[in-house]
Amino acid sequence: MSKPKSGLFSKENRKLLADPFNMQNPVTVQVLGICSSLAITVKLQPAIVMGVSVLVVTAFSNLITSLLRNLIPNRIRIIVQLVVVAALVIIVDQILKAYVYDVSKQLSVFVGLIITNCILMGRIEAFALGNTPWKSFLDGIGNGAGYAVVLIVIAFIRELLGSGQLYGYQVVPTDWYLNPETGTGFYSNNGMMLLPPMALIVVAIIIWVQRSKFKDLIEK
Amino acid sequence: MDINSNKYTYLFSIVMVVIVAAMLSYAAIALKPAQDANIELEKKQEILSSINVVVQRDSAGPAFDQYIKQSLVIRNGKIVENPTQLAFNIDLAAAVSQPLETREVPLYVANVGGKEFYIIPMRGKGLWGPVWGNLSLEKDGNTVFGASFGHKSETPGLGAEISTVLFSGQFVGKKILNGSNFVSIAVVKSKTSSEHEVQGISGGTITSVGVQSMIQDCLAPYIEYLKTFGNTVAPAPVSADTLIAEVSSL
Repeated sequence: MSKPKSGLFSKENRKLLADPFNMQNPVTVQVLGICSSLAITVKLQPAIVMGVSVLVVTAFSNLITSLLRNLIPNRIRIIVQLVVVAALVIIVDQILKAYVYDVSKQLSVFVGLIITNCILMGRIEAFALGNTPWKSFLDGIGNGAGYAVVLIVIAFIRELLGSGQLYGYQVVPTDWYLNPETGTGFYSNNGMMLLPPMALIVVAIIIWVQRSKFKDLIEK
Repeated sequence: MDINSNKYTYLFSIVMVVIVAAMLSYAAIALKPAQDANIELEKKQEILSSINVVVQRDSAGPAFDQYIKQSLVIRNGKIVENPTQLAFNIDLAAAVSQPLETREVPLYVANVGGKEFYIIPMRGKGLWGPVWGNLSLEKDGNTVFGASFGHKSETPGLGAEISTVLFSGQFVGKKILNGSNFVSIAVVKSKTSSEHEVQGISGGTITSVGVQSMIQDCLAPYIEYLKTFGNTVAPAPVSADTLIAEVSSL
């Protein structure tokens, strides 16, 4: 029954953290949580806040469920998972409203919808119910971060090409912009990037790049 | 103990719900002051944006004190002396559900670059939820100087467009009175043909109609008061650009 105790950051535990970044990425490999990654990636700031919020919720919902895993009656386990996740999401939402009000308005319903994010229920049901709290916590952080990283990459591309900005700061020199009156400049922002379909295409490109690099990911 | 027995399941659910409820109540109460402060600043920001004073939310408090010289409470076209509550604290959502005669509504008197403006806050119904806005009038109590609109949950790209400058900018220079008759400002589908009309949002008809009835309904209690300004004297139009320049140089 008792396994040899492994260190806090043993190889096995590090794998729990690192895997979701690439080979087990929740967005690009498991294709979960796509809805929110399309909706709130127009700019970097909301994407980062959303990524951090999801990370906090996945980490702590995994931890709490794992702590309770031997106490939860089997018949109501999904309800218990939902209550844990919903409570955490409401707390995160309240904190965002209190301290980053503008971002919370941009994220609007999507913070509330973290509850329905498949990554959460997936990790709790598949991992936290059968593993120790520390491992579950790491798994939660790994998956939340894996989601956040994809969000940030999409938002980076969309904000740079769509608005010429990064984190709200102008990075494309204003002299470059085509001025119809004087005829100077050669550049204009790609308005398409601001629309949801382009987020889908950016996700698809990321998946494409990832799969051509790691052939194991390609389905037979 | 058998964790799959009915008794245990009930017990577990009850304990869990009580603990979670206590935690959430604590979070809600502890964070309420910070949230309310944000909402108050946003309200000030929205009021200021109707007189083309664009400020960050953090600096909305001092800017509000700087530009808003007076906050009046109006009831049935008259100023209420010694109102029971401050104009800023009036809950507009509750106020607009009362009959016109007994309704107490706020009126803000602003001073920007030496010119006086009157700001009327509004609240009404959109398609999915409440819509609101602020309309600022010039000293004649008739000509619209600026407007800003907001909404809770109108459809993005359709009804939600009312919060853009493309929509609210149309109100500048429109008139709410015709002679001494209150005609309000209509939100119409076709090209606008008079100074009492603006163009609605295509695809956002119900929101547009909601904005129209909001303006009609929310201006009504002020009309008798506004008429006392003598709207026959038309002041020279002030362009928004020069005012923004003035504001930023202050």
